[in-house]
Amino acid sequence: MTWVLDNLGLILELAGVHLRQSVIAIVLGAVLSLPLGWVAWRYRLVRGPVILLTGLLYTIPSLALLVLMPAVLGYSAISETNLVVALTIYAVAILVRSVADGLDSVDPAVRQSATAMGYGGTRRFWTVDLPLAGPVILAGLRVAAVSTISLATVGILIGVANLGYLFENGLQRRIVAEVLAGVLAVVIIALLVDLLLMLLGRALMPWIRAGAATTSRRARLQIRAAA
Amino acid sequence: MIEFRSVTKQFPDGTVAVEDFSLVLPSHRTTVFVGSSGCGKTTLLRMVNRMVEPTSGDVEIDGESVLDKDPVELRRGIGYVMQNSGLMPHFTVVHNIATVLRLIGRSKREAHERARSLLEVVGLEPDLADRYPSQLSGGQQQRVGVARGLAADPNILLMDEPFGAVDPIVRSELQQELIRLQTELDKTVVFVTHDIDEAFLLGDQVVILDKAARIVQVGSPSEIIENPADDFVAAFIGVDRGRRALRIKETARGRVLVDSEGRTQGSLVEDGV
Repeated sequence: MTWVLDNLGLILELAGVHLRQSVIAIVLGAVLSLPLGWVAWRYRLVRGPVILLTGLLYTIPSLALLVLMPAVLGYSAISETNLVVALTIYAVAILVRSVADGLDSVDPAVRQSATAMGYGGTRRFWTVDLPLAGPVILAGLRVAAVSTISLATVGILIGVANLGYLFENGLQRRIVAEVLAGVLAVVIIALLVDLLLMLLGRALMPWIRAGAATTSRRARLQIRAAA
Repeated sequence: MIEFRSVTKQFPDGTVAVEDFSLVLPSHRTTVFVGSSGCGKTTLLRMVNRMVEPTSGDVEIDGESVLDKDPVELRRGIGYVMQNSGLMPHFTVVHNIATVLRLIGRSKREAHERARSLLEVVGLEPDLADRYPSQLSGGQQQRVGVARGLAADPNILLMDEPFGAVDPIVRSELQQELIRLQTELDKTVVFVTHDIDEAFLLGDQVVILDKAARIVQVGSPSEIIENPADDFVAAFIGVDRGRRALRIKETARGRVLVDSEGRTQGSLVEDGV
């Protein structure tokens, strides 16, 4: 505990760096997954291969990815870019499937109705398809966010400091409190980001809760009627 | 006026939904396509706003082919009401009704004002405006669907089994409401149903369809009931049974009409008395 208090400044600084690296990767992952997921949803023939390939990305060991990508893309292996690119790839691996599944979950009758009202293709995608796919995409985003934040600690293996530094430094100097502080900080950040995404979802998709409230009220009435 | 000119629709899987269909749908009248499921009636309806493209033939509105128009623009000018309302679950009631007005470029304020006034037209309380569709009953959702179809004041209203999924009492209310609206608004309505009673109640022109949208009989409800084209029509509309098979019964107070189950349906009023 004394170690934590003495090094609070360091922990907060590393937490800030950690958060920045993770958020960039999550946002990049989401931005890349949207068109990829759309293609997988729109074109039945490429759906299988796209989902399979992006899914396979997740099975590549992170250390191998950190060594391979610099060789392929030509940036330094011990740079923050290397870490962020690797994290983005893992986020894409999770999110492409969520986007395709989310678009699948939209009621075809609603889509047809939108077309009948006179929505053009692009406008319909942004105002009807994407918002209605929102709940499924958000579920994927929450998984991707938590997994990215936890995975980011491997950065220390290529010399990129973040909360992972506390693991390595703590191990070498045998300061258990330092290792525990690192673990705890990662968990707290992950939970906070998850909470933030959940609240963001509620704010952006108010119709979900409205619908759920009605359903549960109906369910309660039915239970009362049955009793 | 809507005119179908030898329209045929064959889907990619080979099914012929509509075969060589020709018919004129007069303006300011309600034309009802009635037939069992799979007879191609919905396909016919959707060819009017190019949701379905004919394989051959043409559909004209006031003499102009719909195939020459931009489909998105065309649809914005035609009201559409579907089964299960087809409302956007993520839009509030007022936002749903205002959809087409927003699409044709009206300001948000103007569109929402018009949407709120339409709530009253279709018999809904103004305080429903900010609810989501999932918070409404089936009948209320259907009313919102009708309001949405009317919002941009289109000349043509396409209705695809709009009252098919609500319970009989609500359906009857909605049907009466539509009759009232139609006397006020005078639209060209194309209505699709599999319910012959609904067809006779709402239609000025009733079109009875068989497989591949083959026209079995066209006419006013009276013409069809008085002179069914063949046994298929007679059986389909049930002239010889139930509520339509009426006979006269003498009672102490005069003559009444009794249906085939022996229930008295009304009294016989003699002309010229």
